[in-house]
Amino acid sequence: MKKREKLNKIWLLFVTFLKIGAFTFGGGYAMIPLIQKEIADKKKWITEDDILDIIAIAESTPGPIAVNSATFVGFKVAGFWGAFASTFGVVLPSFIIITFIAYLLKNFNDYKGVKFAFFGVRAGVLALIIKGLVSMYKQVPKNPVSYIVMGASFIFAAIFDVSILLVLIGCALFGLVTSIIISRRANDDLS
Amino acid sequence: MIYLKLFLTFFEIGLFTFGGGYAMLPLIQSEVLKNGWLTNTEIMNFVAVSESTPGPFAINMATFIGTEKGGVFGAFCATLGVVLPSFIIILLVAVFYEKFKKNKVVKGCMTGLRPAAIGLIASAALSLAITAFFEDGFSLSVFNSVEFYISAAVCVIMTVLALKKVHPIKIITASAAVGIIFGYALKLPL
Repeated sequence: MKKREKLNKIWLLFVTFLKIGAFTFGGGYAMIPLIQKEIADKKKWITEDDILDIIAIAESTPGPIAVNSATFVGFKVAGFWGAFASTFGVVLPSFIIITFIAYLLKNFNDYKGVKFAFFGVRAGVLALIIKGLVSMYKQVPKNPVSYIVMGASFIFAAIFDVSILLVLIGCALFGLVTSIIISRRANDDLS
Repeated sequence: MIYLKLFLTFFEIGLFTFGGGYAMLPLIQSEVLKNGWLTNTEIMNFVAVSESTPGPFAINMATFIGTEKGGVFGAFCATLGVVLPSFIIILLVAVFYEKFKKNKVVKGCMTGLRPAAIGLIASAALSLAITAFFEDGFSLSVFNSVEFYISAAVCVIMTVLALKKVHPIKIITASAAVGIIFGYALKLPL
């Protein structure tokens, strides 16, 4: 009986995340409210606190937010196979739709209308990236460390063409060292 | 062995991207350019497709590049590659969550990684913008070309609309419409 219940949960996780993957545009963060509604409010498999945990974890581990949240929720609800079913579900719609579109594009790429459309769209995409930058900037803590890292990472990547991985590793270390120094100073002030 | 290459490249991308949205763009761009898989122009085209179809940007991008370079199995390898690091790491974190939450090293690294994402995306955006506006390299003749002014106008207007929270799909659709209308009306030589 218990095994059946678990299998049922795994199946429902797959279906739910399939729906989430098929109907969220714009990826990860857009997915959180849907997870909240489907998994926390309706099915009550996780709590509101878990949702906050998901956001915190998804932000501090590598990889796409969507995959991080699906894996975490799936594991909380039904262990390893729950994680597997949720992740598989969230990825599947993208995979099918994009494979299909890639084939379409290959065949229609040479049409004038398509070329004109993409010409306009490239400028529009830049606008979306700029908008993305502005909203990320709003969320980042405003302190000297942030400003130094933002400036330095831009200069190293854009002007000196340093590899992205090196810049990331450097920034992580810089963040780590400064945070240790700042917390030491705070401790000294207390004592 | 293109399949292994796709898997390993996207595994690396999945392993080293922190944060949502366009955080993955700089790494994807640098890897994809390095391997000669797509040009900057194709990357921008594809970001547009990815924004107007459902699903996470990272998965869309991996599937698309995989399909382009190795058909359906290539798409499978690239997508598996980008998903796997997250999957493994989240399973570990879920088991050791309480320890992970209080870990000062993780927190410290994140204070550097979050602003780094912004600087890196800005750098990626700059190189994409250069491609969009000066397709044949920068020269003064660019200021005589109609394409330049159309691109610049679309970019400025759409940025304002995007900041006013107009939905990305509407932005993409409107930009495509402008491209088609001006393309046919002015017989642009694209």
